[in-house]
Amino acid sequence: MPVQITSTPKKITALLTGEIDHHNSAVIREIIDQAVRKQQPQLLIMDFGGVTFMDSSGVGLVMGRYRTVQNYGGKIEVANLSKQYYRVMRLSGIERLAKISVREAVDK
Amino acid sequence: MKTTNKMKLVIESRSVNEGFARAAVAAFAAQLDPTVEELADIKTAVSEAVTNCIVHAYPSTVGLIYITAELTDSGTVKIKIRDRGCGIADVRQAMEPLFTTLGGERSGLGFAVMESFMDKVKVTSTVNKGTCVTMTKNIASR
Repeated sequence: MPVQITSTPKKITALLTGEIDHHNSAVIREIIDQAVRKQQPQLLIMDFGGVTFMDSSGVGLVMGRYRTVQNYGGKIEVANLSKQYYRVMRLSGIERLAKISVREAVDK
Repeated sequence: MKTTNKMKLVIESRSVNEGFARAAVAAFAAQLDPTVEELADIKTAVSEAVTNCIVHAYPSTVGLIYITAELTDSGTVKIKIRDRGCGIADVRQAMEPLFTTLGGERSGLGFAVMESFMDKVKVTSTVNKGTCVTMTKNIASR
């Protein structure tokens, strides 16, 4: 599974693992959207802690989920980005819309 | 500047090949002894260019993507990614950050990422004939 969902009544955490590109992001999107639609959490955390590669498809994935949760007034947080993924994310200006945090540990 | 090694790779424009293409180019470029970050930069840029071929050049068919990579004695890798797809009418507009013809899940950042992660990016395109992206990165700094 490229994504593990953990949920509490107000929060869903999606732990992403493996490589995020155009090919893989479709499955990840489906899994997250299914959980979000069912529960409509106040907060969706997208945790990139297990991600080993990400291109701009990762940005599309975050922007798409941002729109989904924003539709019902929810918020999104992006956690555990490597410096490399953060550089990609930053090009989009997504940090103006969502809280973003970078991994403290050494990159893989 | 002399070419010290070359490789050619032809793949079908199937999304499952995105991972293969970036891994293959990165494995070839590894001969220049790049840092982990430099290698990740190359992988990311190749992934963007190949995804563009799959998503934009051949939107409803499976076509061929032609990838070449060249290493030079001055520590540069030059990567060419070419398709024979629909082409881009306005290259300058296509290269603007956040510009996308597809919307939805596409961020419109493909070219911005390539430009940010590589030292030089050149795009040439002819409508109905195809697009060629040439990217170079200098690995000589170590």
